Amino acid sequence: MAEIFAYIKHANGVADDSALELIVAAKKIAPDASVTAVVTGTGADLDTICNEMATVYNAVWKIDNAALAYPNAEVIRKALVNILPGDSIVLLPHDTFGMDLGPGLSIKMDSTFAADIVDIEGVDGGTLKIVRQEFSGMASAHVTCDIAGGAVLNIRPGVFQADENKYGGDVVDKSGDAGDLSTKRTFLEVVEAEAGDVDITKSEILVSVGRGIEDEDNVEIVFDLAKAMGADVACSRPIVDAKWLEKSRQVGTSGQTVKPKVYLAMGISGSFQHLGGIKGNPFIVAVNKNMKAPIFQVADVGIEADILEFIPELTEAIEGL
Amino acid sequence: MEILVCVKRVPDTSENEIDINSDGNDIERDDLVYSVNEWDNYAVEEAIQIVDKVGGSVTVVTVGDDESEEVLRREMAMGANNGLLLTDDAFEGSDGKGIATILKGAVEKGNYDLIMTGAQADDGAAQVGGMLAAMMDYPYASLVNLIETGDGKLKVGREIEGGNQEMNEIELPCVLSIQTGINEPRYVGIRGIRKVASVEIPELGVADLGLDAGAIGAGAAKVKRLDYFVPDTGEGAEMLTGSTEEIIAKLVEYLKAKGGLK
Ligand SMILES: Cc1cc2nc3c(=O)[nH]c(=O)nc-3n(C[C@H](O)[C@H](O)[C@H](O)COP(=O)(O)OP(=O)(O)OC[C@H]3O[C@@H](n4cnc5c(N)ncnc54)[C@H](O)[C@@H]3O)c2cc1C
Ligand SMILES: Cc1cc2nc3c(=O)[nH]c(=O)nc-3n(C[C@H](O)[C@H](O)[C@H](O)COP(=O)(O)OP(=O)(O)OC[C@H]3O[C@@H](n4cnc5c(N)ncnc54)[C@H](O)[C@@H]3O)c2cc1C
Repeated sequence: MAEIFAYIKHANGVADDSALELIVAAKKIAPDASVTAVVTGTGADLDTICNEMATVYNAVWKIDNAALAYPNAEVIRKALVNILPGDSIVLLPHDTFGMDLGPGLSIKMDSTFAADIVDIEGVDGGTLKIVRQEFSGMASAHVTCDIAGGAVLNIRPGVFQADENKYGGDVVDKSGDAGDLSTKRTFLEVVEAEAGDVDITKSEILVSVGRGIEDEDNVEIVFDLAKAMGADVACSRPIVDAKWLEKSRQVGTSGQTVKPKVYLAMGISGSFQHLGGIKGNPFIVAVNKNMKAPIFQVADVGIEADILEFIPELTEAIEGL
Repeated sequence: MEILVCVKRVPDTSENEIDINSDGNDIERDDLVYSVNEWDNYAVEEAIQIVDKVGGSVTVVTVGDDESEEVLRREMAMGANNGLLLTDDAFEGSDGKGIATILKGAVEKGNYDLIMTGAQADDGAAQVGGMLAAMMDYPYASLVNLIETGDGKLKVGREIEGGNQEMNEIELPCVLSIQTGINEPRYVGIRGIRKVASVEIPELGVADLGLDAGAIGAGAAKVKRLDYFVPDTGEGAEMLTGSTEEIIAKLVEYLKAKGGLK
């Protein structure tokens, strides 16, 4: 069995949630495997993360270089290709960083790439059996990956829950092996998202609307319902892409993280990027006309209905209370 | 600027209920409505806008079968100048790397400054663009939601977590994967599609693209789908049933109990 590595994402001295999830995924590939955390960056923050990971992982490889101060996937790819053994199994989070790094890394390592893995069933010889979801989560598939020559495995954030296991190991400084890190893509700056007129991160009750609302003119009925309930209006990404609502109302990994008591998902399918923005275990009500919509798997209460008819009726009933 | 945009024909998940067939080896495809992958429309729109500004041409390319031609025509109706259909029985069963290898063949036959893909397609893999870039040794940026053209390079914004934007400078030629929301893709009517109905779309296969048949197709795929299945997801939601009045009455009780009404 080839060596297993997990890339540790971190910012401002804090490790990403995926740091503790990837080792759980790695141990599902091979429970007895030694799993090495790879941490790149520079300075004191890097040491903080390395020391923290050394309490959890079997080993830590530290790569300190000024060129790695910001996690530019193109630079990190070069460092990893120079440092990791050719047949390594590399685990990354399937997020905006892992999507940037993983596919190209697999080509440069001449290894197999599998994206957005939601479960791992185990290894049989050189074959890894995983579970993926396709068609917006409406179908699940067993997929086999030939990992004999190595693999890059992008793991869906949040599905492998961090556990209490602490293996522990040493920090090994691999900075000297990083090699040439020049790239044709240069990081300039991060532009922070603008604040909007409502702050949905503070809302206790959210009526959230998705593509099922079908038309900009229909968005009004959602505001009517929210008003009757004393709720704020949030939305999924396509509503923002269409410019029907402002970006500050978008719930999800590329939008806001909300912590309401009650969340009404109206015409939202329930993609993991959307659900990733809902924290604090709220009471979720889903209204959707498609019984197969994945949102029904996570909702507490589900209603199979056309929201264009259902929302006005619900508004009327609440106004009449 | 010569731009190549990769587009994929996919089942439209907002129009279809996806059912697994009785053998469990595919979904029921008979009554599916297909369309262009959502992300790819944004890529084509962006390419057209860049060419409108700085000149050049937009070529759209897909790996697929005869039926995939319709998505090329749709994108040409939007304003793409040329279409390329990459089709060959030997392509069947390719994994993401196989698709990227086939697209590389098309890239090498042209002289493109910029190659665009969608950020992801129906499998949610987000893999083809990054693979193609690495195979070509071109720089890559994924999830691009802003492009400013410059001399021999571009300034691109990448969408990162929390709605923040990571600004980068990237040298041409390069590959970018495009995120939704970067623009508002123009509407294409039936008339627009009719206008391009008779435009010749070249079809290219293994030999035309100078591909090694051993590097593509089912034989080369290291990632293989075994079957589709319905996962055991635990209990799921309690579905409220009955007449609309009954459903609403039950829902209102829940909302009151859970603090959902102020
Ligand atoms: C890197 C990345 C980041 C992303 N970040 C986010 C994010 O932060 N937030 C986010 O939301 N998405 C995000 N997405 C997009 C995400 O993958 C999904 O595409 C998106 O969440 C889908 O939104 P939706 O559920 O509204 O639309 P769809 O998936 O199209 O679902 C619409 C639903 O409405 C139902 N419906 C249709 N008409 C009706 C009707 N009349 N009545 C009732 N139901 C109806 C349909 O059955 C369907 O289930 C991101 C994607 C990527 C690649
Ligand atoms: C019948 C059938 C059998 C299959 N068998 C396998 C298999 O055995 N193993 C396996 O791994 N996959 C298999 N696939 C999936 C198929 O190979 C995928 O097309 C491939 O994995 C790339 O698509 P994606 O959705 O992963 O692309 P992503 O990387 O998510 O898409 C990103 C972007 O890449 C571009 N792109 C993607 N596909 C194409 C294309 N075809 N033409 C032009 N541009 C494209 C588009 O710009 C798209 O927006 C099968 C598919 C079918 C229909």
